[in-house]
Amino acid sequence: MTAAALTPGAGARRDGAARARLRFRRRAADAALWSACAAALALVVAPVVWIVADVASRSLVHWHWSLLTRTTVGQGGGLANAIVGTLVIVAGVAVVAGTAGIGGGIYLAEYASERGGSLLRGASEVLAGVPSIVLGYLGYITLVVALHWQFSLGAALIVLSLMVVPYVVKATEVALRQVPASYREGAAALGMRSGYALRKVVIRPALPGIATGLIVAMAIALGETAPLLYTAGWSDHFPTLHLTHSPLGYLTYVTYVFYNEPYASSHQLSHLAALLLIVLVLILIVASRLLVAATQRHAADRT
Amino acid sequence: MLRGRITAEQVTRGTLRALASIPLAALAALVVILLVQALPAVRYNGLGFFTHDAWLPGSFYADPVTTHGVSHPPGASYGALPLIAGTLESSLLAMVLAVPVGIGTAMLVVEKLPARLSSAAGFFLEVLAGVPSVVYGLWGALTLGPWLARHVSPVIAAHAPDLPILRFFRGATGAGEGLFAAGVVLGIMILPIIAATTRDLLRQVPRQTVEGALALGLTDAESMRMVGFPWVRTGVLGAAVLGLGRALGETMALAMVSGTVLGASPHNFYDTFTTIAATIVSQLDSSLTDGTGFAMHTMAELALVLLAITLLVNVLARVIIHSVSGTALPVGRGV
Repeated sequence: MTAAALTPGAGARRDGAARARLRFRRRAADAALWSACAAALALVVAPVVWIVADVASRSLVHWHWSLLTRTTVGQGGGLANAIVGTLVIVAGVAVVAGTAGIGGGIYLAEYASERGGSLLRGASEVLAGVPSIVLGYLGYITLVVALHWQFSLGAALIVLSLMVVPYVVKATEVALRQVPASYREGAAALGMRSGYALRKVVIRPALPGIATGLIVAMAIALGETAPLLYTAGWSDHFPTLHLTHSPLGYLTYVTYVFYNEPYASSHQLSHLAALLLIVLVLILIVASRLLVAATQRHAADRT
Repeated sequence: MLRGRITAEQVTRGTLRALASIPLAALAALVVILLVQALPAVRYNGLGFFTHDAWLPGSFYADPVTTHGVSHPPGASYGALPLIAGTLESSLLAMVLAVPVGIGTAMLVVEKLPARLSSAAGFFLEVLAGVPSVVYGLWGALTLGPWLARHVSPVIAAHAPDLPILRFFRGATGAGEGLFAAGVVLGIMILPIIAATTRDLLRQVPRQTVEGALALGLTDAESMRMVGFPWVRTGVLGAAVLGLGRALGETMALAMVSGTVLGASPHNFYDTFTTIAATIVSQLDSSLTDGTGFAMHTMAELALVLLAITLLVNVLARVIIHSVSGTALPVGRGV
């Protein structure tokens, strides 16, 4: 042993072997980390593929177009009333939450004082964290029972809009804050009043960001169930567009209630409603991606 | 003329301020109304609400009884312990599953994938975040749950040692509805929040810092492990807590996958259980049939407990996130 330690060649050789071992260990650690990460990505992709394949295969076995054109009859029939109901609810939320959220976002970005702004902003963020069933309970107790609106579109729209308004507020405020200062300065230099400049100049480049926030809000409204069960109720008929005293159907109700019924027809409707919900969500996601891509191209052209 | 213009601006300003105040007003109304509604239940249920298991609405057909000035059906006794425990257990399980997977995905997307593929991965995360919770519930109850019960649970149950805490993982594995399946479904649901936030944070790590690490001879994995990830660790913690907040309040998926069993805690890892949110959505209907209104007051107390838990967690998440960066993080969802 002492002889080996005294021979310079042996020490270098042993050093070389240790270095090779270390290099191997580092390579192995790298490979382990990246394989674990690849496995993690697979766990993101797999559920999406599985859910879509599962829902599609179960709902398309006895496919017939009448499933989309007829209204629900008991546990069977079609989904026409629920499809229209969901579209009415989503459009209504876009109007109500859009108005409140864009207005609120403009106030926070353009007018609010430091302290007042952070209070209102904080309240909006906290509201986003309130569980949907709690808001549904609130809507039921106040609008449906205390105000005697009964199950209705109006109660559903108010509860859902409260749920999603924070997303629109946030998107609007962030989009407005990202507008370059030169836009405002240019408008002021031309003698525009701040309100006029906001309408004509500043809001233009912020519109795609605001639209993206609105799309997120619509996607959430589309998929909600808990706040609707006790505000919108359910109806086999097409929505009447009366804001009160008139319950309406929607797709998430079918998925939730019909899967537990003992009939094949109700199981199929439950899965078909789920498939339609996924398709609508995909449409919204693609729309928001196109919007973002278009703005990025636009921004690239400008510079 | 000038005066008229000034008032127009003021009107605009006032209207916008009113719109911006809606969330604050709604929160205030929510807290006040829940408190008022829950008060009779708080007085009758007392502290026992948090310590016992029973869930007995009492007899709706007998004459109501009045205790402590609160009218209720005779024999009514409510204990929320299993609901609170079920809410926390399923959410913790979801966190344990989703945090490593979310961080791993984010690391791969930022460091290894070319732009086109990382955009595709982003698309899958958006879909995962966008799929409605009833659809997760449907898939969890009819497909994933039974699959886990057939192929995964028996393996875990057979290999779990018969030791004090690990004993929880042994025993009957059920048919698919239960704590394990619910935790997995919840984990998948909060995965996009954690993955997308971690990805966005990792992209903000200064390029020079990473290049410095590489110049010192670190491999890309080592630089990610020793430089990139520690740089954003606090933000990732915030994202994880945000995901926890979402999991705690999740309703529909749990109502469909948990088995919604009232009045009992799960006996093992695979047993049916329920959460606060799932109980409210499944019991509100029958609570309406309580002529004294006491069941509804109890629902309000449950809603109040859930609100307190989720708000605490959400505020904590935001404090953590704001302490590391002023960047615009997504509010609540991973979209």
